[in-house]
Amino acid sequence: MKLNAEALKQEPHERIAENEAQQTHPKPKKMKRKQKKTKPAPRKIIKTTLSYITLILVSIIMVGPFLWLLATSLKSGSENIFAYPPKFIPENPTLANFGAVLEYFPFFTYLFNSTVVAVLTVGANLLFCSLAAYPLARMNFRGKNIAFILIISTMMIPFQLLMIPIYILALNLGLQNTYLGLVLPHATTAFGIFLMRQAFLTIPYELDESGRMDGANAFQIWWRILMPLVRPSMVTLAIFTFMMAWGDFLWPLIILNDQSMYTLPLGVQSLQGNFSSNWRYIAAGSIISVLPIIIVFAILQRYFIAGAMKGAVKG
Amino acid sequence: MNQRKFTPLLFLLPGCAILGAFIFYPMIQAIWLSFTDYNMIQKNPDFVGLANYKELFADPLFWKVLGQTLLYLVIVVPALVFLPIFLAILVNQQLKGITFFRSIYYLPVVTSMVVVGIAWKWMYADQGVLNYVLDTFGVIDEPIHWLTSTSTSLFAVMAVTVWKGMGYYMVIYLAGLQAIPTNLYEAADIDGASKFRQILHITIPLLMPSIMIVTIMSSISAMKVFEEIYVMTQGGPLNSSMTLVYYIYNEAFDSLQMGYASAAGVILFIVTLMFSIVNIAFMNRREQAMKG
Repeated sequence: MKLNAEALKQEPHERIAENEAQQTHPKPKKMKRKQKKTKPAPRKIIKTTLSYITLILVSIIMVGPFLWLLATSLKSGSENIFAYPPKFIPENPTLANFGAVLEYFPFFTYLFNSTVVAVLTVGANLLFCSLAAYPLARMNFRGKNIAFILIISTMMIPFQLLMIPIYILALNLGLQNTYLGLVLPHATTAFGIFLMRQAFLTIPYELDESGRMDGANAFQIWWRILMPLVRPSMVTLAIFTFMMAWGDFLWPLIILNDQSMYTLPLGVQSLQGNFSSNWRYIAAGSIISVLPIIIVFAILQRYFIAGAMKGAVKG
Repeated sequence: MNQRKFTPLLFLLPGCAILGAFIFYPMIQAIWLSFTDYNMIQKNPDFVGLANYKELFADPLFWKVLGQTLLYLVIVVPALVFLPIFLAILVNQQLKGITFFRSIYYLPVVTSMVVVGIAWKWMYADQGVLNYVLDTFGVIDEPIHWLTSTSTSLFAVMAVTVWKGMGYYMVIYLAGLQAIPTNLYEAADIDGASKFRQILHITIPLLMPSIMIVTIMSSISAMKVFEEIYVMTQGGPLNSSMTLVYYIYNEAFDSLQMGYASAAGVILFIVTLMFSIVNIAFMNRREQAMKG
């Protein structure tokens, strides 16, 4: 890495020297740069303004579809939602669509189901992954490497291949339309074990030793000494698992056929069938359904983004 | 030291039991099923050898679907590798309110694909915003039937995959960008290198590890694309937006041809395995590089 950086420091310098011989442009450019050093104000303002314009344009692309859905959900029954050109601001904004859709769309049932599934999945992953990661990181036993390789290898198997046998298994175990059926297939992930193992590896061994001197057993060392020290990784894992469980669509689609057990994504999808082309209701239902995750995200955004960054660094 | 032999096993047991029951056992069963005519109705499936695979390779729809899946990969992956780099550079500036913009760009990532799919279905409507915008700028004369025409449906769905995924990969690149020492840029500034040259000769080379990660992650997820298709087109019109996972889902849970669908699943596994092997090899190399 260091060598690379050194090489790069030199490279642009040489390349630019070469270019200067061929091009006439670089010189005035250099003058401008020098001016910038002494009088930074006007150039900087232009640069900042351009940055903000770009930032705002991209923002429109990223939230535009949601805002258009929101605008549609607020339009009253007398307004033509298929008007062309589209009207971005509702004529008589109304919450009537939300009231109406809530009569047919058991939002709170879906929200409750999603919450139960997400909380149980996160809890199970935090517990089982950190349990399994502990001996893999800090104990010596026969077959340790094989166990680790087998666990990591599960990351390579697509769920889309497994869903058929898991469906048959879940039916045989009577797990159709149950919370357990939704949670169990995702209750432990190889990614979680890997993440927690990396976290345990960074903690000095002396802590285990001193714990052992005080007569603590392996379980107490894990729970009292190590677990409090790996909290940041637990947060990362919790957010990863939460996102996975909250947004999961394919598995609930397969294992649920009882509407009262639907999670939010399935509930929202069913809006499309129930209100075939009533886009006011579909829009209102969709907007309601994203509010919980947007609120959670707004409060915890720092952790969401930091967690994704850390997850990436960890691979 | 006075650690008993079974202590490690006790810790490993719950996690490994779940991985065993919901990954290893189903994995073996899936392979076995792919050699049978299991269809949910008859309880005792017959072993049919390679019949499912033969039927699969003889099915023109399978080849169409596989081709569309690879097309998906070839278009979506480069888009998801390059566009987020520019987003990351954009939000890596020291500006007031920049964390707000980061969150805005991350919003589609946290929103469920179902809502994203519905929002875009509405954007893609014949009288919708997208046609209006393109019409206003004079790009099109008459509305494009984005999701209901066989020539555009697959591409329309691809755009949604890219739109939803950009924020996630942006954050990965942001982590990579913040690891680049700023004095490299200062040195380049003094040498009079333009911003574009700095990106080309400093940012991109030093971002290579992140670019590799994003390439692998987005390839694997592109191979598994399902939800956006289910929500927006149901594979239609005329299977023009059907991909491999949607095909497997249809065969398994609509036609109940579990054995046949498992054979298609095994093909999916083999293709994703190739990407995963590259992934693992790369991760190992990185881990060793970090240690050394």
